[in-house]
Amino acid sequence: MKIALTVNGERREADLWGGESLLTMLRDTLELPGSKNACEQGECGSCSVLLDGELVCSCLVLAAQADGHEIVTVEGLASGDELHPVQRAFVDAGAVQCGFCTPGLVVAVTDLLARTPDPGDDEIREALSGNLCRCTGYAKIFDAVRLAAEGR
Amino acid sequence: MCLSSPVDVHTPRTLDEALELKAALPEARFVQGGTDVMVELNFGRSRPPALVNLAELDELRGWSSEDGELRLGAGLTYTEAMRPELAELVPALAEAARTVGSPQIRNRGTVGGNLGTASPAGDALPPLLAEGALVDVASVRGVRTLPLDEFLLGVKRNALEPDELVTAVRLAPSGGPQTFMKVGPRNAMVIAICSLAVIVDAAAGEVRASFGSAATTARRVTVPLAEAAALPERVADAAAPIDDVRATAAYRRHSLRVLASRALERCLRS
Repeated sequence: MKIALTVNGERREADLWGGESLLTMLRDTLELPGSKNACEQGECGSCSVLLDGELVCSCLVLAAQADGHEIVTVEGLASGDELHPVQRAFVDAGAVQCGFCTPGLVVAVTDLLARTPDPGDDEIREALSGNLCRCTGYAKIFDAVRLAAEGR
Repeated sequence: MCLSSPVDVHTPRTLDEALELKAALPEARFVQGGTDVMVELNFGRSRPPALVNLAELDELRGWSSEDGELRLGAGLTYTEAMRPELAELVPALAEAARTVGSPQIRNRGTVGGNLGTASPAGDALPPLLAEGALVDVASVRGVRTLPLDEFLLGVKRNALEPDELVTAVRLAPSGGPQTFMKVGPRNAMVIAICSLAVIVDAAAGEVRASFGSAATTARRVTVPLAEAAALPERVADAAAPIDDVRATAAYRRHSLRVLASRALERCLRS
């Protein structure tokens, strides 16, 4: 089946298998591999994207459900060569180890700061509770969130 | 994925259209938020010949309140259930919603999905059961309403006929002090080892408790307000837990006794 949607501000079309997840479509058909595929059951958050402005695990969205909707992936955050402030903060705080969880966390932090510009530690903890870092680099990730919040 | 058999996806734009599809396609899987169904699909645990996307149906969205009766659309998300205006009417449901998965899951998972899946661990079920919720189900044959305790039949079994869909949950908020508690290894991303909702309904002169993950379905226990102190033992007696990978039956029963006593303290103090 064919669907049409907006991805990172661009009109895109995709031909897909009916049972396919939004994550598979983004990575394999639309060639946007920034959203990572790890658990495929909503546990790790590394596939986090914004669907109509809401943070979701793209592995748990049926691709066909995105027909006519708007997706923002980690690839859509930077403006040209200019990193998004959250991306910049992750670099400056050294909040990246193996890097696998980073795209999902960057999207989740972007969502958090859009709603809560100056989050407390408990708010950060709750907002990022769906994103796992297998390197356990959470202290630096917290630093990055505070840095991005200060920079706003 | 390319080797998979074809799957037709239907996206009805009205509830009537969805009900016609439900009657015509008994083998189809109906998807709202996808947080349960997509896991089955991603892991090849189910290969339905067709999927029906319910996410575009306005009839299932949101909530409304009229003459003291609250109607929660089946498509109400946990994130929506946590928002202040609704949280004020059904605080225990809002607390339960906040324990579901993560923000990503709460933005997609729905109350209707919790009823459709009918897991004994469904987090929305104890607070709804404690408020005596009714479930509206619809089909091309018409609409019927069942009390939630009659809707929940067993582990992942509910009273839906093959052509029926859950459209809403209705309840009259008691307004009494209430709370929800859940035991698990961390605060997020946890399937309840056991869970408990307690409501002190002074107007009705009773205390109602409902627990999850400690019997084949969520169950309710009611005691007269004057005998509130007996609630922890009554809850523990009503539980019929099992040993499984998450905990032993004995631990679940003990936890429920402790939770009931803490919940009472929390509610009676306020």
